[in-house]
Formats: sequence, C-alpha cells, structure tokens
Amino acid sequence: MRDRAFAVVRAGALTTVQDRGRFGHAHLGVPRSGALDPYAVALVNRLVGNDGGAAVLETTLTGCAVRPRCAVTVAVGGAPCPVTVDGRPAPWGAAVRVEAGAVLEVGTAVRGVRSYVAFAGGVAADPVLGSRSTDLLSGLGPAPLVDGAVLPLGAAPPPDAPHYEGAPWRGVPDEVVLRVRFGPRDDWFTAGALRTLTTSTYVVSAASNRVGLRLEGPPLERARAGELPSEGMVLGAVQVPPDGHPVVFLADHPTTGGYPVVCVVREPDLAAAAQAAPGARVRFVRGR
Amino acid sequence: MRALEVGEAALLLEFEDGEETRAFHAELLRRRAAGALPPVREIVPAARTVLLDGVADPGRLAVEAARWEVPPLDPREGPVVEVPVRYDGPDLAEVAALWGVAPGEVGRVHAGVEYRVAFCGFAPGFGYLTGLPERYAVPRRATPRTAVPAGSVALAGPYTGVYPRASPGGWQLIGTTDAVLWDTAREPAALLTPGSRVRFTEEGV
Repeated sequence: MRDRAFAVVRAGALTTVQDRGRFGHAHLGVPRSGALDPYAVALVNRLVGNDGGAAVLETTLTGCAVRPRCAVTVAVGGAPCPVTVDGRPAPWGAAVRVEAGAVLEVGTAVRGVRSYVAFAGGVAADPVLGSRSTDLLSGLGPAPLVDGAVLPLGAAPPPDAPHYEGAPWRGVPDEVVLRVRFGPRDDWFTAGALRTLTTSTYVVSAASNRVGLRLEGPPLERARAGELPSEGMVLGAVQVPPDGHPVVFLADHPTTGGYPVVCVVREPDLAAAAQAAPGARVRFVRGR
Repeated sequence: MRALEVGEAALLLEFEDGEETRAFHAELLRRRAAGALPPVREIVPAARTVLLDGVADPGRLAVEAARWEVPPLDPREGPVVEVPVRYDGPDLAEVAALWGVAPGEVGRVHAGVEYRVAFCGFAPGFGYLTGLPERYAVPRRATPRTAVPAGSVALAGPYTGVYPRASPGGWQLIGTTDAVLWDTAREPAALLTPGSRVRFTEEGV
C-alpha cells in the first residue's frame, strides 16, 4: 500500500485532529475548537514544510502510534515525549522520515499534556464549516481517533518548501502564570474574592478537558445571588459556577453560558494553561 | 445600553430587555453588511447581550456604538421558517397542568404564537425562541433526561427550542418534528438562525 494515508495503531487516551479552528459560526452555537497549543502546532507544521493551517494530531498525555502507508516526513512537538520509529529512538521537535509501513510511536508526555504530530501534507480529514478540527463539545469534525482507523494525508508540500530545523521550546513551567483582565462580571464577586483569585495558588483538576481547565483552590465568593441570563463567551473566559471554583474556557468551550465570568485570560497564555497537567499549579495575575 | 470590555479583544453590549437586544443585533448585522462596522470575528446575541468578539479596538467601538440611532425591530421583518410538529411529547400532560389547559390544547396554544430566534447555544443549531406569553413560562425538569431524541420540541422558562440532535437535556418535551435543524452541508447549517421568525404548525396524528 502506497496511498497517502495512515492507520491508527494505538489511539491513546484521546487523540484528535486539530487545525486553527472553526470561526464565524459562534452565533449558531458552534465552538471555535482548534489546537489547544497553537504555538507547538505552528512549529511542527514548519518543521515538515506545511502551511500553518495544516491539520495535525493532538494527543492527550499518553501519545499515540500510527503506521503511514506511504513514506512521509513527520515532526512531533508540544509536550515532550519519547518518539520511536519501528522501535528505534527518533528525535522530538525535528523532522523525521518515516517509511511506508513503519510505526511511529509517540510516547507518554514527560511534561505537559498535549503532543502534536504533523505530517508533510497535513491530515486531510473532511473539513466541516471550514475546519478539520474535532470539536468534542458538539461533535463536529472528524471523530477522535480509534485503533484501526485510517485517515488520509494531503499532498506533500513541494521539496523546495522552506525548511526549518528544530527551534527552542520553553517547556511547561512548574507553576503556570496566567495574565488576566477583570470583567465582564467581576462585580458579581466580593472584593475579597477578587483578592483571593490573584493571590492564591490553584491546582489543575483531573476533570479538565478541551472544553475547560478546571481548577481547585479557595472558592470565589459571590457578591450577588441570582442567575445571570445566558451571554456570549470568549476563549479564555474564567467562568465561576455556584461552587466557586474557576473554570478557564479552552477551545471547545460553549459559545454562550449562564455563569458569571470574573476575568479573561490573555490568549497567548492559554497554550501553557492547556499544557498544565492535573496537579499542576496555576496562578492568576492582573496582566498588562 | 451598557458596554463591558471582555478580555483584550471583545465587547459585551448589555440591554434592558430582549426586544432592545434583538433590535441592536439587527442593527449590527445591517452595519456589517453595509461595511460600516470595524472587522469583527463573531457577533453572538444572547438573552440580553450581544458579544462582539475579535475586535481590534473594543473601547473605541463601545464609544461609537453608544451614539447609534437604533430603530425598534419591525415584527414583520426577517424570514419566516415553518416547523411542522406532532404534539406528542412525554411532558405534554405536565405542561398542560402547568398551563391549566387540556393536554390536547397545548399544541393549539404553542402553534398559535409567532416566535423569533433570540439566540443560539447549547448545541450547534439549538435556538432559544421567544414569543410565548409570560404566563406560559414553565420550569425546567427537576432531573434532566440523559437522552432527548433529535427533533424534540421543548419548553423551558420563557423559551421554546428544538433539539437538533440527540443529547442530554432538562427541557419539557411537548412534541416532535422531522425538520432538519442542523445540516453542515447547508448554508447556513442551522435552520433557525438568530433573528429568524418561526411558526410551528400542528400536524395531524
């Protein structure tokens, strides 16, 4: 078999297809979706000569294994992890040639949560509303990978496409610091709660997923009772349900919601948030 | 109108009531179609707010928007979508009791009103429809169902909605439709889009 496709040997805990996301449909209830660590995706796509919008695989903690049906250049980045081809060690964060029928194994993340696998030509799953991203909240886009599935690859980029070597990666710090801007509903919380938010250390809960980073720590006290009518939600919104524990909205977040948003995390900080594993510490700072 | 900045690149415009929200949303769409709105990635209407996301200068847009003259919404404006319904939902008797009518009357009341899609959310293509008089508002079910079939016509609070696909849900189910609420091969994918007028027609059993 020499067709441009790959078979899934081991899907891992959760491996999805992701690109930059699905824009312009939020008013119809369609989440933006897209890769949670877009900087890692930009890098792995560059390493294989792809355009930055090419679709990649996003793994969750336990990696995945695939068997390309054609010789293809791949690059693994994002959360650092062991990489092998047919059992032989291969570099992480660099272009690697995989022959047809060989198994590329993306191991368990050593740090961080989400590793990314770019194939030259990109994953060519059918786009839905302009994006190949898997949206777990609403079930749009390609289904999460399962063992035995076969996914198509796009045409390889021309050999004279710009070639990049590996680039430095700052990694996931022991403590993730997220810059926030208060509002739009900070007035629903007591002054003490706002102080608590910016002076406490929160811990990432195992219940976190692509919809949101759930945090455990001192609960935030409301200044007002009652319910907020549903309103539009942005990426990075920190929503506070009645239990007082903040949830940072990631790419698959609902487009409208009824819990007050105390603050919004700056978008460039969200990649680090998405790489914060359960148990990692998170602090909020009022950002410039 | 109150304008609240949301993060670095979004603006939440808050209004007195749903009617004013709808009118302002229509004005935003008119201005965008006319090229008279700064680039914005998403315009998301909701119960009493409109979110503008992906705006270069939210503060400046807030100042400008406050100066707009916004005409009230013409009730006859906007396309009308007809949705045929069989009023056979499992919560029909409960809703009839809350409304103080016979179960057979629920469909007549529900189909006798013209609705407007106030906003979408919860799932792609799920519209929150307003129009039912306040006295017909019903509470959500105490225990949500783990599976509501696609095409279920439902009520909660002041809203009517139709489930585009099978999902968990806590709304009171009064009927079923074969209408296709969501089809990604269609443009727009949603049958019910914000601002659309909707009429339910009672199908014979």
